[in-house]
Amino acid sequence: MVETVVRAVNNAFIAEDRWRLWLSGLEMTLLITFFALLMGLVVGLFVSVIRVSHDTLEKPNLTIRILNRIVSIYVSIVRGIPVIVQVLLWSFVILATSRNHLLIGSLAFGFNSGAYVSEVFRGGILSIDKGQTEAGRSLGLGYVQTMIKIILPQAIKNCLPAFGNEFISLLKETSVASVGAITELTHVANIIRGRTFDPGPLFFVATIYLILVLFLEFLVKKMEKKLSKSDRRVKPIKRKGLRSN
Amino acid sequence: MISVKGLTKDFGDIKVLRGIDETILQGEKVVVIGPSGGGKSTFLRCLNLMEFPTSGEIWFENEDVSSYRKGHLLNAHRQRMGMVFQHFNLFPHLSVEENITLSPVTLKKASKKQALETAHRLLDRIGLIDKAKNYPATLSGGQKQRVAIVRALAMEPSVMLFDEPTSALDPEMVGEVLDLMKDLAHEGMTMVVVTHEMGFAREVGHRVLFMDEGVIVEQNKPEAFFNNPQSARLQDFLAKVV
Ligand SMILES: Nc1ncnc2c1ncn2[C@@H]1O[C@H](COP(=O)(O)OP(=O)(O)OP(=O)(O)O)[C@@H](O)[C@H]1O
Ligand SMILES: [Mg+2]
Repeated sequence: MVETVVRAVNNAFIAEDRWRLWLSGLEMTLLITFFALLMGLVVGLFVSVIRVSHDTLEKPNLTIRILNRIVSIYVSIVRGIPVIVQVLLWSFVILATSRNHLLIGSLAFGFNSGAYVSEVFRGGILSIDKGQTEAGRSLGLGYVQTMIKIILPQAIKNCLPAFGNEFISLLKETSVASVGAITELTHVANIIRGRTFDPGPLFFVATIYLILVLFLEFLVKKMEKKLSKSDRRVKPIKRKGLRSN
Repeated sequence: MISVKGLTKDFGDIKVLRGIDETILQGEKVVVIGPSGGGKSTFLRCLNLMEFPTSGEIWFENEDVSSYRKGHLLNAHRQRMGMVFQHFNLFPHLSVEENITLSPVTLKKASKKQALETAHRLLDRIGLIDKAKNYPATLSGGQKQRVAIVRALAMEPSVMLFDEPTSALDPEMVGEVLDLMKDLAHEGMTMVVVTHEMGFAREVGHRVLFMDEGVIVEQNKPEAFFNNPQSARLQDFLAKVV
């Protein structure tokens, strides 16, 4: 038994310096996840602000109506096409000439994530009490100023835990990138499996994902707790010195 | 100062205001009372164009503002009319002083430094200077409403509109808010106040309006208004609330 495990570890990690492959795969997975989330946040914020403006303004102007149409189509596309097909399209059609795995993966998953993040943001924006907009507007602030200074900061803060969860979902979802020949963690594990002829690498890759996800979930929980307390405090004077709350 | 002519407001099929004619003078304190759903809030919100009139005119210092729908004119008009809400509507993500400085600074009415000085002066005046760096969630209801009032004052409005400013407060906190409003009144601020505080109406009001079903049914000086109501509807209403 012990011998089997030792052999599996040896085959998967030590033989032919395979740990290097593992590390590069892990790095690729984390980088794709990070950049995809970043892109998802930017795209999602943009999309949600347009949709909310379109839905709540009494008379949205032509620019907003056109933009709203475009982002609606974007969201339908993302939701209507399986992720795996999207990845294949990015990898072998849209960016067929590029072999920059990080770029392909980040764009594919960022494009995908933007649509989901936009829904989260939209809920976040709509959940802010109408009185906040009224107070801002009654003070003479314009629609955009009220959005930027009053609504979005609160909405984004409320959404932070959801973004943490989106990061976790993305981390797992990027494993699909292997179908696009992108050498991320799952792909690497599968390559090594093909060489060792034992199931070890699959167990190891499963364990790595599991540990990462559990750790991230722990961080999100912590963040949630901290956020729920954060409005009941005094503004910290400086970063250094006494910690708030 | 404010002159309203034939103001109506519909929400879809519901006629909420059915023709309001009213003139409010500089420095006047006008108290509006009436049953729920009578259109008091809507009237107030039409004055600062938080709701757009369906028809009629709203003259403000020789300017018919009733057709403003967006942009600079609309926002400039709202700056001249401070509004205080039943539920305070402080910005929870900003400290007390930031609540007060946000609008003047964003609208470049004052530099950051000037705005902070003004905020501190106003907070000092209401005895909350030590709360300047607190977040609203740490304040009591009465403190929140007083901050909301000075937040509006920081824009140096020429009229203050109050929509049931004490209705959401615990009874023991009503006094501190009314006291601040009385101070404001004595300084000569033009005020339109929707309230159920009849004591305040008697003490501070120059005129009391009774609104019901979208019209001003009756109005008078407080003395006569309360002691000698003319219409049956007002007599009914007063009998119920007093
Ligand atoms: N945005 C809106 N859309 C549709 N109907 C509205 C809207 N705002 C107000 N109303 C309706 O207009 C009527 C008058 O409302 P308003 O808030 O002006 O009354 P009010 O006198 O302030 O009452 P209260 O004492 O309850 O605050 C109510 O029947 C209300 O349902
Ligand atoms: Mg009302």
